[in-house]
Amino acid sequence: MVKDQEFLKSKASYCLDLAKKMGATDASVTVGHSISETVNFRNKSLEASDRSDGLALSIETYLGKRRSSISSSNLLDENIKTLMEKCFETTKITPEDEFNSLPDKNLLAKQISNLNLYDETRFENDKKIKYLKDLEESASSDNQIINTESSFTENKSNFILANSEGFCDGYKTSSFTASCVTVAKDENSMERDYEFSSRRHLSDIKQATDLGNKAANATIRKLNPNKIGSEKISIIFDKRISKGMLSAFASAISASAIARGTSFLKDKIDQQVFANSINVIDKPDIIKGMGSQNFDSEGVNSNTLKLIEDGILKNYFVDTYNGKKLNLKSNGRSGGTTNLYFENGNISYEDLVKKNSRSLYITETIGHGSNIVTGDYSVGATGFLVEDGEFKYPVNEITIAGNFKDMFKNIILANDLEFEYSVNSPTMMIEGMTVAGK
Amino acid sequence: MSNFFNKSDLTRQDTDKIVSETLKNCDDGELYLEESKSESILLDDNKIKSSNYSSDLGFGFRAISDEVVAYSYSNEISRDSLKSSSENIKSTLKSIKGTYNHEIPKTNKKLYEHINPIEQKTLKSKLEVLNKVNDFLRKKDGSVKQVTASFAGEQKSIEIIRSGGEVITDVRPLIRFNVSVMLEKNGRKETGVYGIGGRQSYDDYLKNDNWKNVCEEALRIASVNLESKPAPAGEMKVVLGPGWPAILIHEAIGHGLEGDFNRKKTSAFHNLMGQKVASEGVTIVDDGTIDNRRGSLTIDDEGTPTERTVLIENGILKGFMQDRHNARLMNTKSTGSGRRENYRHIVLPRMRNTMMLSGNQTQDEMIKSVDKGIFAVSFGGGQVDITSGKFVFNCTEAYEINNGKIGSPIKGATLIGDGPSILREVSMVGNDMMMDPGIGTCGKAGQGVPVGVAQPSILIDKMTVGGTKL
Repeated sequence: MVKDQEFLKSKASYCLDLAKKMGATDASVTVGHSISETVNFRNKSLEASDRSDGLALSIETYLGKRRSSISSSNLLDENIKTLMEKCFETTKITPEDEFNSLPDKNLLAKQISNLNLYDETRFENDKKIKYLKDLEESASSDNQIINTESSFTENKSNFILANSEGFCDGYKTSSFTASCVTVAKDENSMERDYEFSSRRHLSDIKQATDLGNKAANATIRKLNPNKIGSEKISIIFDKRISKGMLSAFASAISASAIARGTSFLKDKIDQQVFANSINVIDKPDIIKGMGSQNFDSEGVNSNTLKLIEDGILKNYFVDTYNGKKLNLKSNGRSGGTTNLYFENGNISYEDLVKKNSRSLYITETIGHGSNIVTGDYSVGATGFLVEDGEFKYPVNEITIAGNFKDMFKNIILANDLEFEYSVNSPTMMIEGMTVAGK
Repeated sequence: MSNFFNKSDLTRQDTDKIVSETLKNCDDGELYLEESKSESILLDDNKIKSSNYSSDLGFGFRAISDEVVAYSYSNEISRDSLKSSSENIKSTLKSIKGTYNHEIPKTNKKLYEHINPIEQKTLKSKLEVLNKVNDFLRKKDGSVKQVTASFAGEQKSIEIIRSGGEVITDVRPLIRFNVSVMLEKNGRKETGVYGIGGRQSYDDYLKNDNWKNVCEEALRIASVNLESKPAPAGEMKVVLGPGWPAILIHEAIGHGLEGDFNRKKTSAFHNLMGQKVASEGVTIVDDGTIDNRRGSLTIDDEGTPTERTVLIENGILKGFMQDRHNARLMNTKSTGSGRRENYRHIVLPRMRNTMMLSGNQTQDEMIKSVDKGIFAVSFGGGQVDITSGKFVFNCTEAYEINNGKIGSPIKGATLIGDGPSILREVSMVGNDMMMDPGIGTCGKAGQGVPVGVAQPSILIDKMTVGGTKL
């Protein structure tokens, strides 16, 4: 069983009392406990089971504008005491930083609403095994599939965040994740693809057979790929990849990148950065949402933010420290985004795919090719050549490149948004990017 | 050495008993105890931004029966906790009828000193170095707009208890010093990053004001990039510089030669053993035995001494990297490649220091031989799809080559290639093999482990460069 609120609270207040006794002017502490159980299958039989049970503690102590932090997995009082002493000694000799402080008291979350993020259902390992058997049975039904690997993870977590301003709150969350990776082979090639489903509640997880079929079909259709020539072409990004564009956008508008001057979107508030049909929203209070939260990692209340409105940049993601640097109030995004998404566009998926006589549909990218400082983008890619709305043949060993500044202004979105993950996007088209191939 | 039992209700005898009883009739397995102490100190935007110390303690209990691995970890070292892990493992492995393999080779050489690098340099003197870095860079060049500098240090103590009471221990120091600088000139911004590190004390790496060299290298890379033009797009010749660009070898070849993917036949290399996979003159080893290197280990995380494993010899595929589990299922021996990020994770076969050995040509000869291509000197990260064999890596410093001469710097571009065939495109191997500066971390299945790479300059006849200029 995951540790209850009382246990975590007692540890947190032990730390805060100790900090006060040592002479710290402020302190903040997070105590968490998490239990995960995973079962792995391979080729229809059990391959591994894995149980993890982990406590985690992190503490920040302040002496005026001086601050340092420690973290530990060992929650014995004696160990906490030694670490706290070490932490405070470090705080004393760390230089002052005028922006160091706990969040403003009036921004702290006051009311915690029930977002239904915890499902106490126990999905015993035997049931996980049954699920994975069904999944792999459907994933391997085509004889071109030569390997299947799948897993089911059940996680239950609880945490308490407390600070010397009197904030003390936390809540349980759960997640259930099923995934499947399949390998298909023919005379000329071997390809891999995947499908997964991750939800707060067990009953929302995709059907095992559905997940297995999707992974297998995605893999088989990649067999026997071609390399195409280098050219300018319009690119359609599958939802898996288009949501990655949102993640790159999110790092470029984090207050830390803005305050440091290391973002291509610095000083762009109230300016057009996307095509004028684009709206981007970060909504923390979606019921059962994978990214939902009542408050951020500093205890600050978080509300829905409209980041992009009709293509215009309206907000950054602001935490306390960088907010003070930028003269902005924290908007509860210390720790990052919550449920981030593009609003639907006004063209159907089918029409988007048919929009150009020739386009490239990308299903996977590899490499770390997003440069947030310059906006340059260049990644390895796998996908399909599409002609007049028809998927002609698979394509691989190519790269796609551009610059976010131009790419964002040329985005066209389909109207097929679904809320499956913490970052979600409809299918996306960007015209005029460069493909490097033969 | 950590004493894992002095603050626990668990005695060593109890532990031996629970371990031996749990692993009875299993093919392999062990109790892995780990204590790590680590620090990170970061200067950013003219200030000491963070100073963090962290201590971590826990165990991972593993039992293997045939192909099934049962694993359970906890960060509570207690009788109850170990007992419940044992029960959990036994409930997974319902019908066990293996024979425990007691054989584990003994090591005789320690590759690093028994030190705690964190304690060897005072916090004050670390802060001093970081401030000097900031002042030095900002004074040196007026276009410096941002400086980030950091220290990361760690001491990890491990103890492996095997069935029958055999105990194997190791204490591993690791440090890294990193500098990143951003320049702004005529409205353009570019960054340069450089770092050093390994398994010695901070001062071993910082002596003779070596931090200045790190700063200058980061600054040099950023300045080059300020002048960069859009990179070309398409297939062309590529000359790779020595040292860190060997992450090409790591991505293109290394991952595909790890035992697990070959046992499962999901690697593009699984049926190529003994065949020619590279040009003549290409020899690649994975070596865990070089003193003080970031990727070196006295013993791996299963207690096997590391070794120098020959992967490709003169173009022919000779070996895979193995942990005990995959080695047993493939009827071979562990190569001392069983690694894990920490006690929270299972062991996987991983790389250590992956190296292409020197040939006898010069970098000059390579550049002169190229009519149109690029010269890639430094890289960011890379990634591979081990099944299709396609891999990428991102240039952070590269130049055009025109008619045998190095031309303008080009913007960061991704290079993409095919693992099993790329080494057949190597037409020249340089005489200038160099190790990387000690900064690599390899990710696999969500686990990061420190690794090293090395190579001489090489000429690749055909590779796709992912720029924007057609």
